Amino acid sequence: MKLTKYLFAAALAGAALSFTSCDSSKKESKGALGGNLAERSFVAPGEHDEFYAFVSGGFSGQLSVYGLPSGRLFKVIPVFSVDGEKAYGFNEETKAMLNTSYGFVPWGDSHHPDISQTDGVLDGRWVFINENNTPRIARISLETFETVEIIEIPNTAGNHSSAYVTDNTEYVIAGTRFSVPVPQRDMPINEYKGNFKGALSFLKVDPESGEMDLSFQIMMPGFDYDKAHPGRGKSHGWFFYTTYNTEEAHTLLEVNASQNDKDFIAAINWKKIEEYVANGGGKMMPAKYAHNIYSDETHTATSTMKTEVLTVEPKDVPGAIYFLPTPKSPHGCDVDPSGEYIVGSGKLSANVTVHSFTKMLDAIENEKFAGEAYGIPILNFEDVLAGTVVQPGLGPLHTEFDGKGNAYTTFFISSEVVKWKLGTWEVIDRKPTYYSVGHLMIPGGNSRKPFGKYLVAMNKITKDRYLPTGPEVTQSAQLYDITGDKMELLLDFPTVGEPHYAAGIPADLVAPNSKKYFKLEDNKHPYATLNEKDVKVVRDGNTVHVYMTMIRSHFAPDNIEGIQEGDKVYFHVTNLEQDYDVPHGISMIGANTSELLIMPGQTETFVWNANNQGVWPFYCTDFCSALHQEMQGYVRVSPKGSDVPLKWSLDDE
Amino acid sequence: MNNHKLNTLILLTLAFFATSCGGGSNENGEGETVAEATPAAPMTLEEAEKGWKTNKGVGPIKSVNLAAEIDQTLADAGMVIFEAKCSACHKVEKKFIGPSPKGIMEKRTPEWVMNMILNPEGMVAEDPIARQLLMKFSAPMANQSLTEDEARSVVEYFRTL
Repeated sequence: MKLTKYLFAAALAGAALSFTSCDSSKKESKGALGGNLAERSFVAPGEHDEFYAFVSGGFSGQLSVYGLPSGRLFKVIPVFSVDGEKAYGFNEETKAMLNTSYGFVPWGDSHHPDISQTDGVLDGRWVFINENNTPRIARISLETFETVEIIEIPNTAGNHSSAYVTDNTEYVIAGTRFSVPVPQRDMPINEYKGNFKGALSFLKVDPESGEMDLSFQIMMPGFDYDKAHPGRGKSHGWFFYTTYNTEEAHTLLEVNASQNDKDFIAAINWKKIEEYVANGGGKMMPAKYAHNIYSDETHTATSTMKTEVLTVEPKDVPGAIYFLPTPKSPHGCDVDPSGEYIVGSGKLSANVTVHSFTKMLDAIENEKFAGEAYGIPILNFEDVLAGTVVQPGLGPLHTEFDGKGNAYTTFFISSEVVKWKLGTWEVIDRKPTYYSVGHLMIPGGNSRKPFGKYLVAMNKITKDRYLPTGPEVTQSAQLYDITGDKMELLLDFPTVGEPHYAAGIPADLVAPNSKKYFKLEDNKHPYATLNEKDVKVVRDGNTVHVYMTMIRSHFAPDNIEGIQEGDKVYFHVTNLEQDYDVPHGISMIGANTSELLIMPGQTETFVWNANNQGVWPFYCTDFCSALHQEMQGYVRVSPKGSDVPLKWSLDDE
Repeated sequence: MNNHKLNTLILLTLAFFATSCGGGSNENGEGETVAEATPAAPMTLEEAEKGWKTNKGVGPIKSVNLAAEIDQTLADAGMVIFEAKCSACHKVEKKFIGPSPKGIMEKRTPEWVMNMILNPEGMVAEDPIARQLLMKFSAPMANQSLTEDEARSVVEYFRTL
């Protein structure tokens, strides 16, 4: 027992060894008695974490930001759901972010965050994340940690195999989990087979601005496209999608979609299709989908409704798409850092199947096909198989990599993470999770360059691990140290919503670019007031616009008179502060919306309906300074048609 | 070795480690102690202002040479900056949230003024005049993130008031 000896020696040796105990780089396994587990996830007050973890909020629709190894929650970034704290979806500026072809949708189901890459290495510029229910992809800026773009995906339902980026962020992809009639039309559900389509979407990402553009959609057979992973390195230029329900069942999928011994991983040569499209290939079809962009200059989102999309039929691009038979409704689809191994986890299988990219190319070149499905060649399972991890656990789901030749796969049914070796397929270690683990994340663990120090397991069911909080149990993640041969559980920490998937990155690739405040001279908001002497109140019929400023610790104006019953009053409020960390808030009694939380140099707007005469206060909602309590003002509302003149003042001037 | 003895040893060792590992945080603690160990000597604003001619304040500005003639172009630029970044709290014609800048150059050095603009938090913590001003006006001076050149132009504008 190494541990016993070590501690015994340490106790005898005293001071000399106490220094060693502080060395966090120690690699040895300490086992269950490891005395410094807490120390290794402890980040002292005032110290910073080594990694950011961007953890999907699942059905909360948001993206939460944690530090690793501490597991401390820093921020919840509103993405697909409204957020009263930050006025996201409530203020006039961000309502357009949640516009869709179905109108304003206040909620979303966020799933898979992925960080932008250059040469297959995390570059820390943006996080992309998909929305499952109303199919969308969002882009979050890692300068502002705000959602700056959301694009809807047409012809898609259940955008689940998304939002993953290629080696140079050339594309971020979307894919339909639920195949549907394309275009949508009234037809019997039981005529699904052969008639429904599964659209796989490729969105071009502008290398400078990051803006997304839906380049083309591949109209695949009506299977369920579950997960996806881009090729890496040698397989760059390909994309791999797991499928289930190749039976094309339309009811009781639990049984009817589990009939086939093998489903497929679809291998798509996107470079070939990109070339086909560049040469005029594909067919434009009518479609309606919203594209929403937030500007850091106007602090305002604009929504544009697109009207058409370019579609590609697989049969029109021979040699671009193949099916790799993969056992038992594969879920996770993961490619190792070299790009050679494509891991398909049949969620009903006891084994983990690994395909070889080299063998796949060889089989294609030699046209060794087992058949075809809807014109798409099916390769022989044995011809593309690299190896099988034999019975490592029950219910394999997702795999990530440490960059040292090891893979880590989660097992939902047996609640564990299993470490195995690429190439030899031998199981090296297994550790329990608590419980029913879904995704796992190693920072950079799905890229060409993993930072293989920590592994985060995200659990679906966490009963009895925390103090009870009513029928709804705490959502949680677990942190493992993976620097040694054996994994070590360091920490449990609660998470927001369902921690569906996560993306991690070394903090020093992000923190130096973090924006501290918005410069007033760059504020191009159409209703900005950049100088206190320019504040004003303007009436336009029954609409009144208040151009207001805020600085520690007053509003200008703070007295407004001449508002009349029935007026709709827009408060356009500019924070004149130019210092880090001095946001101000504002809200007003009777407002049918949220507060505003306005960052230094930013302008935001809320609407207030003057329904009742009287004198109504407004105040700063964010404790901004020693005189925060004094930061308040009044609006006088007079009867309709009153002769009280419109006037505004600060300090009666 | 039985488990009980082992556990005792582990506990002893851990206790020792915990103590010895405190080194890192002790440094932080000491840093805070240093800051707390400079209490303001009780004094009035008038007393603090007595030494103004040699008080350059605390911050990045160590030395400023003012030419005999006012540089009007620079002063005009300073007025624009003042209007944009400072006027929400400082009015030329009256005491407002903070004091009027009128006459400031007759009772403060240019270095002090620039440091007050560029490093208000540090000034309030360490400069006797700044501390007394905070007591008098209650509202702490906001850091508006001016550049040194911008702060210099504001000083030139103040010379014209």
